[in-house]
Amino acid sequence: MKPRLDVEICGVSFKNPVIAASGTFGFGREYAEYVDLNMLGGIAVKGLTLLPKKGNPPPRIAETPSGILNSVGLQNPGIDYFIEHELPELLKYDTRIIVNINGNTIDEYCRMAEKLRDVPVHFLELNISCPNVKQGGVAFGTHPDVVYDITRSVKAHAKQPVLVKLTPNVTDIKEIAIAVEKAGGDGISLINTVLGMAIDAKKRRPVLANIVGGLSGPAIKPIALRMVWEVAQVVSIPIIGIGGITTGEDVVEFLLAGATAVGVGTANLISPTACIDIVNQLEEYMVQNGIGDVNELIGGLRV
Amino acid sequence: MITSHMYKMAFLSEGIALNANPGQFVHIKVPGDNSLLLRRPISIYDVHPQTGMVEIVYQVVGKGTRILSGMNAGQVIDVLGPLGKGFTISREIKSAFVVGGGCGIAPLKLLMRRLKEMGVVVTALLGFRSREAVYGLEEFEMLSDRVLVTTDDGSLGRKGLVTQVLEEELQQLLPDIMFACGPTPMLKVVQRLAKEYSVPCQMSLEERMGCGIGGCLVCSCAVRTPDGGFEYKRVCKDGPVFWSQEVMLDEATIGC
Repeated sequence: MKPRLDVEICGVSFKNPVIAASGTFGFGREYAEYVDLNMLGGIAVKGLTLLPKKGNPPPRIAETPSGILNSVGLQNPGIDYFIEHELPELLKYDTRIIVNINGNTIDEYCRMAEKLRDVPVHFLELNISCPNVKQGGVAFGTHPDVVYDITRSVKAHAKQPVLVKLTPNVTDIKEIAIAVEKAGGDGISLINTVLGMAIDAKKRRPVLANIVGGLSGPAIKPIALRMVWEVAQVVSIPIIGIGGITTGEDVVEFLLAGATAVGVGTANLISPTACIDIVNQLEEYMVQNGIGDVNELIGGLRV
Repeated sequence: MITSHMYKMAFLSEGIALNANPGQFVHIKVPGDNSLLLRRPISIYDVHPQTGMVEIVYQVVGKGTRILSGMNAGQVIDVLGPLGKGFTISREIKSAFVVGGGCGIAPLKLLMRRLKEMGVVVTALLGFRSREAVYGLEEFEMLSDRVLVTTDDGSLGRKGLVTQVLEEELQQLLPDIMFACGPTPMLKVVQRLAKEYSVPCQMSLEERMGCGIGGCLVCSCAVRTPDGGFEYKRVCKDGPVFWSQEVMLDEATIGC
C-alpha cells in the first residue's frame, strides 16, 4: 500500500513534508523547467525585502568540504514586484507557498506582512537569520527579547500563520525558540546558514567578496539535527527542519528529531530535481521499513 | 590531455549535441567524491549531432577538474545542459573578429563552426602564454579565414598580447561584430576597443557558479541599467554571453 506522506502545519495540509528552502529555489520559475512543482510539499520563495535589493558583489559562492558558503545578500526584486509578477505564476501550482520576508527594522517586517494580508499565500516566514546583510538579518535573531518583539509585532499585522526562521549562530537556540512561541509565533524553521569563511591561500584573499558567508549543505546537518532536537524538547509549535538534507533518509532523521516538515536547500543547487528525488526516496524508505504514515516518524527518536 | 593543464573530454548526449548553441555550457557533477557538492560549469567546445558526441575542453584548476581529468572511457558522467544564453549570430553579419585568450578559447570553436556555415568571414585572434599552452590551432585554422596567434613569450606567432594585434587589425578593417572570451584583463581591453572603434561585441564571462539554471543568484555580474546605475544579472542564465557595452568589468560595484 502507498504510504501516507501528508503532514499538517498550523491547520494547513502539505501533500508531503518536503519544502524547497528559501534562497535556493528562486520563485520556482527556473525549476519548473525541470520538475513538476505540483509534486512539492511547499515552496519557500527567495527572501524578499520591502524595496528591491541588489545584493552583494561577486564572488558570492565558495565550495568547502561537503558544504558551500554563500553571500548573496538578499538580492530580490522587492515585495511589490513579487506580488504582481512572480506570485501569479506560482499560484498556478498546487503546492504551499511560504513567503520569506526580511526587514531592516521591525516596522518593515510589519509593512510586508500587511501587503501580504490579501494575497493567497499560505505562510509568512520571518527571516531573522540572514548572515549576509549589514542591517537587520541575523542581528534580529540572536537576542530572545528582540525575537519576541519582532514575532509579536508581525503577528499583529499578519493574516497568515507566521513561521520564524532561526539562525544557528547563537549560544542557546532553546531560549530563542521559546521567545518565538511565547510571542505567538505559529512555527519555527531552522536552521539558517552557519556563519563561515573561506580563504584562498595562494592569493592570500578571502574567496567571497563579502569576506564571510553562510555555510550550508551536508557539512551542517549534524548542527541542524541537534538544534531541531533541542528546540523540539522545549516548544510545542511545529518545526520545519532545515540543514544539509540531500536524501530521503535525511528527512527521516529530521522528522525523528521532532520536525513536522523539512526544507531542502543546497541540494537544489546540485540537482534541479533534488526535492522530488528526496520525496521519492522518502516514500521508498517508508515502504521498505513498513511505515504507513509519515506522521509516525515525527518526534519518534528513541533516546 | 591537450596541453600541460588543459584536457579534452568527449561524452555522448544526443540532447546536448542537437540543441547546444555556441557559448553555452554544461554543468558537470564530479563523480566519486560526495564532499565536492557543486557542479563544474564547463564550456561546450564542439558538438557532433550525427553521433551525439559532445566535446568539452577544460583547465585542471582544483580537485574537481583533477578527478574529471582522471576519468576513463566508458565511465558514466552526470551532465546538465546545454545551459545559459550563448552567442547571438544575426543573419546580417558578413565579417567577424573572434578573440580568445588562453583556456578561454574553448567556446569559440563551435562559434566559428556556425559562423563558417553562415558564410561569415572570420578572423580569429588567439592569445596564449607560450607555445606549450596552445591547443586546437589546426581546427581553428580550418574554421576561419585567418588565424593570428600571439604568445606572451614569443615562442609561437607574434610576441605580445592578443589585444595589441586586435587594435592593429581594427585600424586596418572594422568587422561587423566581435566575439570574445578569455581572462578579465583581456576582456577589459576588448571592451574598450569595441567602444573606441564602435564595433558591436559579445563577450563570454566566467563567475563562480551554483545551480547553473538561474535559481540561486550567486554567479552575478554587474550590468548597466538605463538610469545610469547597475543591477546584478545571472551569468548562468542571463549569460554567460553579454554585450560588451552592458557589462561592467572595471567599476567597483558595491551592493546594497
